[in-house]
Amino acid sequence: MADCVRFVHRGQVVTLSDVPPTRTVLDYLREDRGRRGTKEGCNEGDCGACTIVLGTRVGVLGMAEAESIQYRAVNACILFVTALDGKELVTVEDLAGPDGTLHPIQQAMVDHHGSQCGFCTPGFVMSLFALYHTDAEPDRTRIDAALAGNLCRCTGYRPIVDAARAMGRAPDTYTAQMTETLALLRSIERRETLSHPGGTAFAPATSDQLAELLLTHPDATIVAGGTDVGLWVTKQMRDLGTIIHIGGIRDLAGISRKDGFITIGATATVTDAAEILAPLYPDLGDLFRRYGSEQVRSSATLGGNIANGSPIGDSMPALIALGSTLVLRCGGMTREMPLEDFFLSYRKTALQPGEFVAAIRVPEPSADRLFACYKISKRFDQDISAVMAGFGLTLQDGIVTAARLAFGGMAGTPKRATNAEAALIGHPFDATAAKQAAAALAQDFQPLTDMRASADYRLITAGNLILKWQMEQALPPTATRVPAFARAIGGAA
Amino acid sequence: MSARPPRSPTPIPFPATHQPIRHDSAPLHVAGTARYVDDMPEPPGLLHVALGQSAKAHARILSIDLSAVRAYPGVVAVLTAADIPGQNDVGPVVADDPIFAETLVEYVGQSLFAVAATTRIAARAAARLAKVTYDELPAIITIADARAADSHILPPKRVERGDPPGALATSPHRLSGHLAMGGQDHFYLEGQISMAIPGEDGDMHVLCSTQHPSEVQHLVARALGRPDNHVVVEVRRMGGGFGGKETQASLFAAAASLVADRTGRPAKLRLDRDDDMVMTGKRHDFEVAYDVGFDADGRILALDLTLESRCGMSTDLSGAINDRAIFHADNCYFLPNVRITSYRYKTHTVSNTAFRGFGGPQGMLAIEGVVDDIAQHLGLDPLAVRRANLYGGPDRNITPYGMKVEDFIADSLLDRLESTSSYQARRTAIAAFNAASPVLKRGIALTPVKFGISFTTSFLNQAGALIQVYSDGSVLLNHGGTEMGQGLYTKVAQVVADVFGIGLDRVRITSTRTDKVPNTSATAASAGADLNGMASFNAARTIRDRLSAFIAARWGVEPTTLSFAHGKVTAGEHAISFDDLVRQAYLARVSLSATGFYATPKIDVDKETLIGRPFYYFAYGAAVSEVVIDTLTGETKLLAVDILHDCGTSLNPVLDRGQVEGAYVQGMGWLTMEELVFDAAGRLRTHAPSTYKIPGCGDIPDHFKVDLVNQPNREETIHRSKAVGEPPFMLAISAYHAIKAAVAASGGSGPVKLDAPATPERVLMAVRARQSGTGA
Repeated sequence: MADCVRFVHRGQVVTLSDVPPTRTVLDYLREDRGRRGTKEGCNEGDCGACTIVLGTRVGVLGMAEAESIQYRAVNACILFVTALDGKELVTVEDLAGPDGTLHPIQQAMVDHHGSQCGFCTPGFVMSLFALYHTDAEPDRTRIDAALAGNLCRCTGYRPIVDAARAMGRAPDTYTAQMTETLALLRSIERRETLSHPGGTAFAPATSDQLAELLLTHPDATIVAGGTDVGLWVTKQMRDLGTIIHIGGIRDLAGISRKDGFITIGATATVTDAAEILAPLYPDLGDLFRRYGSEQVRSSATLGGNIANGSPIGDSMPALIALGSTLVLRCGGMTREMPLEDFFLSYRKTALQPGEFVAAIRVPEPSADRLFACYKISKRFDQDISAVMAGFGLTLQDGIVTAARLAFGGMAGTPKRATNAEAALIGHPFDATAAKQAAAALAQDFQPLTDMRASADYRLITAGNLILKWQMEQALPPTATRVPAFARAIGGAA
Repeated sequence: MSARPPRSPTPIPFPATHQPIRHDSAPLHVAGTARYVDDMPEPPGLLHVALGQSAKAHARILSIDLSAVRAYPGVVAVLTAADIPGQNDVGPVVADDPIFAETLVEYVGQSLFAVAATTRIAARAAARLAKVTYDELPAIITIADARAADSHILPPKRVERGDPPGALATSPHRLSGHLAMGGQDHFYLEGQISMAIPGEDGDMHVLCSTQHPSEVQHLVARALGRPDNHVVVEVRRMGGGFGGKETQASLFAAAASLVADRTGRPAKLRLDRDDDMVMTGKRHDFEVAYDVGFDADGRILALDLTLESRCGMSTDLSGAINDRAIFHADNCYFLPNVRITSYRYKTHTVSNTAFRGFGGPQGMLAIEGVVDDIAQHLGLDPLAVRRANLYGGPDRNITPYGMKVEDFIADSLLDRLESTSSYQARRTAIAAFNAASPVLKRGIALTPVKFGISFTTSFLNQAGALIQVYSDGSVLLNHGGTEMGQGLYTKVAQVVADVFGIGLDRVRITSTRTDKVPNTSATAASAGADLNGMASFNAARTIRDRLSAFIAARWGVEPTTLSFAHGKVTAGEHAISFDDLVRQAYLARVSLSATGFYATPKIDVDKETLIGRPFYYFAYGAAVSEVVIDTLTGETKLLAVDILHDCGTSLNPVLDRGQVEGAYVQGMGWLTMEELVFDAAGRLRTHAPSTYKIPGCGDIPDHFKVDLVNQPNREETIHRSKAVGEPPFMLAISAYHAIKAAVAASGGSGPVKLDAPATPERVLMAVRARQSGTGA
């Protein structure tokens, strides 16, 4: 077992052996390192003032010439230091040259008056740095996606968008030094479990190590991306007990496509999953584009979103509607179950002690199945859904033979609307059937009123979404959906 | 880290005034080297402070057991009201804001005690361990509760002219209606923070993120039981303010100072975001009721308007805020017979406070709602009704509060913007689109803004500055204004550089400090550049006059023939560099430092009747917004914005444009997505950005066109510029009315009933009301 976190920073390997496992990267930077350029705005991953960039070795690993570094923005305020292990860390202080010359992004922000009070600015600069390294000529849609996780209260964003358009892509020092950095990253690759001093936190390197650890620590808190668990520490100040950090397990991060299924490893980030799923299911691409923010998606995992058991997670209704299944593993045993059966009650799942979510399996599209999903929230980007709907239908000769209508925000768990489904089966998918299905929702759900929406609004909108979906069989989405974005999705260009 | 300052070479134009010069801190902002209070090096022995909070909205405190708090590892001190040597209050106007509640709590989140610990995490964790027992009392949470309970924080006020009841009775058309509008959290990105460093013999140095250093100084001194001259408050910059750091910083500065004073150790209090949102005041939410009489053209003949606001548990600035709501309930419109009644309710919620616009937006939204309803009632273009009601001509130029409108330009702004935005053509195109679109409906609106500039509390309209010219010719500038991102420091430095005829790079901008310039007013009311620009101008002129007298005597020329430009002073064939002149003046024992002062002329208003001239002048603007709504879900999307805004002769057009755009977007957030939800127990349920949504980048349309009206202010302001901080906030009223227009297009007729913020839920319900015929 290893006992220290190692990462690359400013061309050096940094070794941390004495940092508590729930220390956030933001507190580590500001308080332990005195690097106070990275700001705390909300301490919950919603404002982006703390944005840093992590570089990860990607490509054909082991083939030096086929490797490169992928730079992605993440929120430092809810990221535990363990997540730095094996990565390159880039913060706002690192971008200017040794003589103080600003990075092209920074200069573009100055030239376009992209800062006013300046407090959010380091975060914007870092999100733009990640964009700079992934997209040569970002259009407005791409810029909006890259900046959706950064709030600015002063500028109104226009000058920042202008800066993003003008930043260019002249090779910077990070590009110039990639070979050296890759060598450093290779040198810190870990194959054994990392164990924090005190033995209350572990970071296995393989799924086998994880399976074994969970058998001895069945009550451990599993942390993948930490975009929810981080808040248990920063906001609720909870003691997490034993922690198993699984974000570094490479053999759970893979995504494969065979036998009519896309199999997504539990630690694949939402960004990675979206890249594969978006071309297959455009609505799912739109949904993932609105899932948290780029910073959240770059840390968060699909497996975590599911295993967390939240009633308002965005992905579940869509994945249930697609007929997805879960692969669960305990020790050496695996089992598979329909996703909807996983959620027992509010925040309670079917996971047995020692068991973990190993993969999600999503069926590939087929000609006889319709699919759509809808997310309703107060703000278009980075908002928790008031209502989340995923709809799937199988048609034979114009008649509905199977229906999967799943909703989030309507009950204590993501849940299928069985009465509404029944109203569709055996009928053509027309306006009459849609109306009956919408009316049947009142038997399926008694939603709550909370700060996001009233029960009435939830029920009415859920029904309207069925009507809308039916209308969309004849009308293009441009006639039925507000033109908030084109069908484009984050990730490498 | 950052051994060298960031370099961002930008040519500096001369003269600097009216030039598009970047914010002085921009290279530091982007490099992460601009220091905010929490970035300052922490002095040895620093204690971190957290506050214990009330869990109840209204209750008698029966007991507070702090033993678990004191016992928590790392805790060094716990302070309650009994530990305050001076006055237990930070009320800015009325002493009704206790630092620590003693026997009564009046909102959820109210401060009960301070805990100081060696780490911030320990202080936060320990603060939650207090055992408090309460005897709960009935809590008044909403405006409706307060109305029913007749619960007022201040007496109602009324402004009245003519014969409103009589004119209403004889009007050809008459309409009444109601509108509720939500409050707004400031959501400055840098939360409230203070660091207090004790000095010798009872001195206290407070680094504070505040718009009002003098008031913080005064209230800290009062809490410590010392004269003001023991306390220095310093502000280099804030990470945003928007009014939220005008009075709201004092509690945290006082608590940090008390800890520093009691323990003898430096103490820092930085609020976590959730605590910040729970513990600090917000924009007042309002309910508006009106009864209006008008003719067939929509011209208002009589208006009876009632404004009710939720002030929260204490007075704070609610008096002046609600006064300003009255002062803006005319907007650009002449109201011949008018009665405006303002109720200021006391509730058991956090005390509401200043927020960009300061009541103006609420008053303006009210009258714009009335005008829009008239238009919908008559089936007219709302722009035509707006135009029919504009001020203009000798019979139609007196506001309800008796001030003559002498500088009215809103009519020409409307004309120009109607043309440049192609408003009419787009209106036609939208009607065609809507006729063919079953689910999506579009809407467009053009609304004007007239905003009064000056603190309505007249004595606040004063400012001071201190300028020091060092013997190498470099200039150090201090004034009473604070920098919160608006670019005030840059603007004032431009003014000063031009007085001396030197490059802007020779003027050093430093922290605002109460020991440099005393008795300052808050940087608020949009007046920062007007007041401090003029005070600094006067200070610089004093020094320049001395330099002129000195060199003119030496050269044997008249001082009036001297020119200060391009770093040189010249007269005929005489010439000397500014730096050499300063050096020689120093050797000749000429004083090279001076204070400057400015008091706004002409203003005078009766604070009881509100009659008089509260404003030196008005700033104007107009905006066109176009939206699309989804009639099945209520989702909305802003499609295009065209703005024409009046900054007089702009001191700095890029900074002013930044203010216009930022204000519009903030206003759009207030009216469309930012929703404060208090539950029945008075707990704020939207206390973090996960639940309280301010606009994001994707909410801003690509078509976001801003033009500045470059016309000199008719009053003698600094270089004939106009204030810009608040007025453009209300340009966003056009976005709200565009949504109403789209809702109107979904069916039905007559006025659209839509409260603000126009969330998807409210929009959907408004659409359904129209479609089922219950909306009118």
